[in-house]
Amino acid sequence: MRQDQKGQHIIRFDNVGLRYGLGPEVLQDVTFALPSGSFHFLTGASGAGKSTLMRLMFLGLRPTRGRVMVFDRDIANTARYQLPALRRRIGVVFQDFRLMDHLSALDNVALPLRVRGVKESEVQRHVPELLNWVGLSDQLHAKPPTLSGGQKQRVAIARAVIGRPDLLLADEPTGNVDGEIATRLLHLFEELNRLGTTVVIATHNDTLVNQFGQYPRLHIDQGMVQKVKMPAGNDDGESALPEAS
Amino acid sequence: MIGRRSDLPVRGDPGSRFLPLLVAMMVFLSSIGVAAAFVLGGVVSRWDRDVSGTLTIQVAPVPGEAGDILTEERVRLAVDLMRRTSGILSARALDKKQTLALLEPWLGNTDVVRDLPLPRLIDVSLDPDSRLNLVDLGDKLSRAVPGASLDDHRVWLSRLITLSKTTQWLSIGIVVLIGGVTSATVVYATRTGLDVHRDVIEVLHLIGAHDDYIARQFADRAFALGFAGGLIGLALAVPTLSTLGWATRNMEGGFLPQLSLPLSGYLVIGLLPLIAAALSMVTARLTVHGTLSRLP
Repeated sequence: MRQDQKGQHIIRFDNVGLRYGLGPEVLQDVTFALPSGSFHFLTGASGAGKSTLMRLMFLGLRPTRGRVMVFDRDIANTARYQLPALRRRIGVVFQDFRLMDHLSALDNVALPLRVRGVKESEVQRHVPELLNWVGLSDQLHAKPPTLSGGQKQRVAIARAVIGRPDLLLADEPTGNVDGEIATRLLHLFEELNRLGTTVVIATHNDTLVNQFGQYPRLHIDQGMVQKVKMPAGNDDGESALPEAS
Repeated sequence: MIGRRSDLPVRGDPGSRFLPLLVAMMVFLSSIGVAAAFVLGGVVSRWDRDVSGTLTIQVAPVPGEAGDILTEERVRLAVDLMRRTSGILSARALDKKQTLALLEPWLGNTDVVRDLPLPRLIDVSLDPDSRLNLVDLGDKLSRAVPGASLDDHRVWLSRLITLSKTTQWLSIGIVVLIGGVTSATVVYATRTGLDVHRDVIEVLHLIGAHDDYIARQFADRAFALGFAGGLIGLALAVPTLSTLGWATRNMEGGFLPQLSLPLSGYLVIGLLPLIAAALSMVTARLTVHGTLSRLP
């Protein structure tokens, strides 16, 4: 699955604008590129457009102008029936988890495998293993309404990573867990990144961003990607913003 | 299809409650329609078969005792003419007693009826392989035997057959209409389900599900509900049709032809629950595909 070599761009936005209906543009002239295998934080205040930008990246929206390239495919020219193949390469942790309340934690995490048609024996082998890793081995058959916020978040993360995605997009993935678990989850994301997954974490938790300050930051303010703070001594030329910006 | 895993919580859909009942009613009505179509088809072909090899000759009576002798002579002439004609297997004159027996169910058996100047009837059987020209035969008979006429039953039979065939097509039309209403109901229930589960469907799409993965789950549910409803409808239809069949068999004979449902009719009616389930499944699948294809 990992066809993108380190150094190539897994996501590229060129002058992207997005508006809902006839309303004002919530994203304006967004231009950036994410190298394959990179790890970025997406920061910005509430309402700045982080979630909208994430939705564009996980192919939940199409831009009203500009060009979005995901895995070298121009999304504007990609037919609906071709989107599932791209989406299967993307793991998403939604801000509101978006778990299915009628399914157990195990079945929620198994969903990405089942839509791919993975054998049930494989599903039953891998999913409990991952749930055990995120500390939910005793909650395999619990349904989301009976889980705490932190437990739901870990189920959502497990669902996002079970398919070993090429790109992991996490919207406030540590918003409902304490500091220790947040750090542990970030280490999980780092581990995935080391294995080749490109990671983008949207957060307004500055403490966490600073704790993992070695990673570049994509900052969005009032619908515009304004700056990228590269950590000192880590500017290796893989700027998230291309020269054109 | 039944019992296959479903990621969508379709079991609790509002449509799940009323769809089986509606399908049950549709299958019940369809069973009546199908039975009517098959019974009428059987009646038409039986009438056609029964009379296509026969003719009836009427010899008009001449009043008075002398007239009786004249009438008898004309009957003999007509029978002789028929027996000489190639392609005719037999010709048998009915005596007055037999003619009165035919009229008895309608007119009774009284002196008034016995005194009526009734026409004499001759029952003629045709060789089914012969190509006899009935028009020529009728003309020949009229010339040879004054007051005799040939009736090949076609006039009244063709009207009856037309009426029966129209009713038969009407029954088929009603069954098709019922199928259309069933489909419309499934479309409505499926669209309601899609609306109710919009969020879940969006998540499934975002984790890489194809439209068909989602459509299959709605289709499986529609099949299960359609089949359950179909079985209920069939369970109601069987005793209803049996009662109707029993009632027609026990009716005072004469007016109604024998009404019986052929084996093929039973087979089609027995398959109706499966047909309703398949129709529901295909409709649900197409509805989901149609609705989801309009998403961006």
